[in-house]
Amino acid sequence: MKKWQDNKGWLFILPVFLIVAFSAIVPLMTVVNYSIQDIFGPGERVFVGTEWFREVLTDQRLHEALWRQLLFSGLVLLIEMPLGIAIALLMPSKKGFGASVVLVTLALPLLIPWNVIGTIWIIFTRPDIGLMGATINALGLTFDHTASGLHAWITLMLMEVWHWTPLVALLAYAGLQSIPPAYYQAAKIDGASAWSIFRYIQLPKMKGVLTIALLLRFMDSFLIYAEPFVLTGGGPGNTTTFLSIYLVKIAVGQFDLGPAGAFSIIYFLIVLLFCYLFYQVLQSAEEGEQS
Amino acid sequence: MAQIFLDEIAHSYLPETQKEDEYALKRIHNIWEDGGAYALLGPSGCGKTTLLNIISGLLVPSSGRVRFDDTDVTDLPPEKRNIAQVFQFPVLYDTMTVFNNLAFPLRNRGFDKDYIDRRVREVAQILELEPFLNKKAAGLGADAKQKISLGRGLVREDVAAILFDEPLTVIDPQLKWQLRCKLKEIHEKLKLTLIYVTHDQVEALTFADKIVVMYEGWIVQIGTPQELFEYPNHKFVGYFIGSPGMNFIPCSMEDGKVKIGNSLIPVDETTARLANAAEGKLELGIRPLYLNISDTPVDGAFEARVKGVEDQGSHRIVTVDFEGHPLKARIAENDTVPQGKAYLTFPIEWIRLFADEHLIKENKEN
Amino acid sequence: MGLTLERINKVVEGEHHLADISLDLKAGSRHVILGRTLAGKTSLLRIMAGLDRPTSGRLRVDGQDVTGVSVRKRSVAMVYQQFINYPSFTVYNNIASPLKVSGVPADEIKERVMDTARVLHLEPMLDRLPSELSGGQQQRVAIARALMKDTDLLLLDEPLVNLDYKLREELLEELQAIFDQRKSVVVYTTTEPSEALKLGGNIVVMDEGKVLQTGETSNVYRNPATVKTAELFSDPPINFFNGRIEADKVVIGQDLSFSTQAPFNTLETGSYQFGIRPNHLFLNPQADDDVQIRSKVEISEINGSETFIHFKFDGCQTVLHEVGIDTRKSGSDITAYVNPKYFFVYSQDGNLLVSPDGQASPAGQGEV
Repeated sequence: MKKWQDNKGWLFILPVFLIVAFSAIVPLMTVVNYSIQDIFGPGERVFVGTEWFREVLTDQRLHEALWRQLLFSGLVLLIEMPLGIAIALLMPSKKGFGASVVLVTLALPLLIPWNVIGTIWIIFTRPDIGLMGATINALGLTFDHTASGLHAWITLMLMEVWHWTPLVALLAYAGLQSIPPAYYQAAKIDGASAWSIFRYIQLPKMKGVLTIALLLRFMDSFLIYAEPFVLTGGGPGNTTTFLSIYLVKIAVGQFDLGPAGAFSIIYFLIVLLFCYLFYQVLQSAEEGEQS
Repeated sequence: MAQIFLDEIAHSYLPETQKEDEYALKRIHNIWEDGGAYALLGPSGCGKTTLLNIISGLLVPSSGRVRFDDTDVTDLPPEKRNIAQVFQFPVLYDTMTVFNNLAFPLRNRGFDKDYIDRRVREVAQILELEPFLNKKAAGLGADAKQKISLGRGLVREDVAAILFDEPLTVIDPQLKWQLRCKLKEIHEKLKLTLIYVTHDQVEALTFADKIVVMYEGWIVQIGTPQELFEYPNHKFVGYFIGSPGMNFIPCSMEDGKVKIGNSLIPVDETTARLANAAEGKLELGIRPLYLNISDTPVDGAFEARVKGVEDQGSHRIVTVDFEGHPLKARIAENDTVPQGKAYLTFPIEWIRLFADEHLIKENKEN
Repeated sequence: MGLTLERINKVVEGEHHLADISLDLKAGSRHVILGRTLAGKTSLLRIMAGLDRPTSGRLRVDGQDVTGVSVRKRSVAMVYQQFINYPSFTVYNNIASPLKVSGVPADEIKERVMDTARVLHLEPMLDRLPSELSGGQQQRVAIARALMKDTDLLLLDEPLVNLDYKLREELLEELQAIFDQRKSVVVYTTTEPSEALKLGGNIVVMDEGKVLQTGETSNVYRNPATVKTAELFSDPPINFFNGRIEADKVVIGQDLSFSTQAPFNTLETGSYQFGIRPNHLFLNPQADDDVQIRSKVEISEINGSETFIHFKFDGCQTVLHEVGIDTRKSGSDITAYVNPKYFFVYSQDGNLLVSPDGQASPAGQGEV
């Protein structure tokens, strides 16, 4: 009786376990199941060991997609992080009508469904009727993301930055709001420049939320699917075939469930590895920093 | 270092203020001496922090001017006023070492490296921070952090004043008095103008040469600890300083004596004359320490009834009922505690009379 | 109602938060638990309230075992350090809440709320919300709520710690009057010796999860059984020096000595610890047989009506407690006078042998 009473607390987290099991562990195990078998039809399956993994890992097109993906995520982070911080710094710091308007405006892109975003940008960049496309063409430049790989990339990155920079800005803004006013007063009294205030007060105090922003943005951009699928479908050619698009091509297009399963696991591990690396680098930067 | 002139300062946080009681600070008109150690003492909401912010430049007063020596600084921001401030909780640059924290104000002002190095080491030595110079500020104890905050003010030789906003709030009680010692030592060594805001009477009285007692937006008294204790200018000072606070009993004058109920208490001639001339509600004030209480009838004593005794270890507080008014008297540990009836004497030299809450005294100034 | 604790232990993750605590709280008695932060005061209070189960030991009410009986089934009220009120209720409804839950008629609720509000000076603010009150007022509301039900056990966990000292002084006085009117067992924890003294009644001195000493408050203050208790139960800190009792004289530190008179002659010659309270050091001689201590002032602390002068004697931090205001400068010379009869004598291992009021029992720790 006593033991049962003491352990009653576990009951409360049981629902969470169930949810996690259904949402993450069960699907993952299914994928693991696929990745080590060759499936011909219902009930017809053969154990193939690491065969699919070997096949996927030596696939030249997967390597290309991986580098493409890394380049895309890197560029997007390089733009979004500083831009988001800059926007947060420029936002009105006092609560009031102005701040509310800015906050809501910023949050708008985050509220739009992802596939709708792709559609919006298809129209936006159309050379004949799109505001952006038509404007650029009117200036005498040719712009067509269905014809030029570079243009496709520019469009995708613009879309991604437009869509997700507000998230970085909102997180950074929350970080800035949590800095007690005394810090700014002290810095003023010490005669600190705006840059010093940013470097020695705002940035260190925002570090926690920025780490979260960085991880979220990396994961999301690395897993990007819906937008390029709608906008470019991976083309022109293979120029915007990112990992996820390639994966879907294998799984749904060619119905190679085995290699797709192996691919998924490798994909998952890559994301996990990068997140871990980011986290470690930021942690050690905190401990080792000596200015 | 500088003298600070507060010229007819008043402040309200409301945009359009008509009535006096809407002002957070009512008329403040004072000169604060160069090199003085001042404490701004009062309960929360008395306006002490408002006044501090006006001196530091974080607030511009609704009316009046602030001058440091001959310079009018009323509209100058904090960084142009040459003041330093230590806040309630340590404000540090977490990512920097202690050395860099201390050097920061000098670097921002473009001093050369040798000077900075020498100056930082000097200050670190005074504050006993030398062992930590190369450590990161973030990992240190609250007391060391507050010393660093103070040090950032001390490194600048041009500071007009150092302001403290309840700096010991986050310090452990055992370390508090060490830090207070350090502050006193620094004041005596460097002769800086220090202004210290607190609601704690021990901190104020221990730290400052002059205590500025604030109450509802007024400065009710500026004085040494002794003056505040012996001659409280206002009932509030009598109540707020000392524990327990001063006893107050409503009274009237009759035949040059103070009349309470049926008792006539003798006072000196000057006091009697002034009290007769005074207008408003008259009250007698006497410190529990100076109210003599005895268990046997003494010549000229008044009878009272004992209502309670509090043993406080080193002494006892006896509460008596005198002519329907509660009075507290303090007696030493070994004195006999009266039972039932007690006999009170009011030493003439310790009787203070108040008219409309203000001490009745000879008009010298004000 | 009487509350008995029998060998209560509380172990959390291998750490002893409470070790073997036995107490007997008689019906209607008042107890102050004195100890530093983390001494186990709150843990003990939570066990008394039934908010926590002890790892071992029994809790009895009038002899009946109530260990592990939920707080809801017991007659307990508790006041916490933080001002805990219902933020969306007015002061009136906050105070009335315990009665409303138990279905007392509205008329009676009103009457009792008004009574309690009067005692705690809350009448003018009954219609306000807690957020519109000052800290002192908020805590008064919390206390009023705890007082509404006539509980058998009233627990207060450092209720005044977050208040300004003047408010503390006033509220402490009000509390005393309230406790006097009640029949319940009152347990009040504090870190401040002065608060314990003012409240009177009985004291339980705690340190590191153990009970060091219990007894009538003023008696424990005058006869702290161990050096540790003496240190905990003194503010400003009691002064301790090493000394020797010789055949003809007592020597304390380097240069303080007096003849071996009563009660020191009852002790064997040898080394002892000598304690003296700061208020037994004087700036002027009080008697012919006073001895002198010379030193330099480190700092004078002034609390309004008293001065604490800190200096070093025999390498030890020493405090002198002077009545009134004394603003002597740091670094100036000081001569302190002390009469031999005021010394506490402790054995080398810290047990009381001689106390100034002569009631010392070398037996040491005792239970109430």
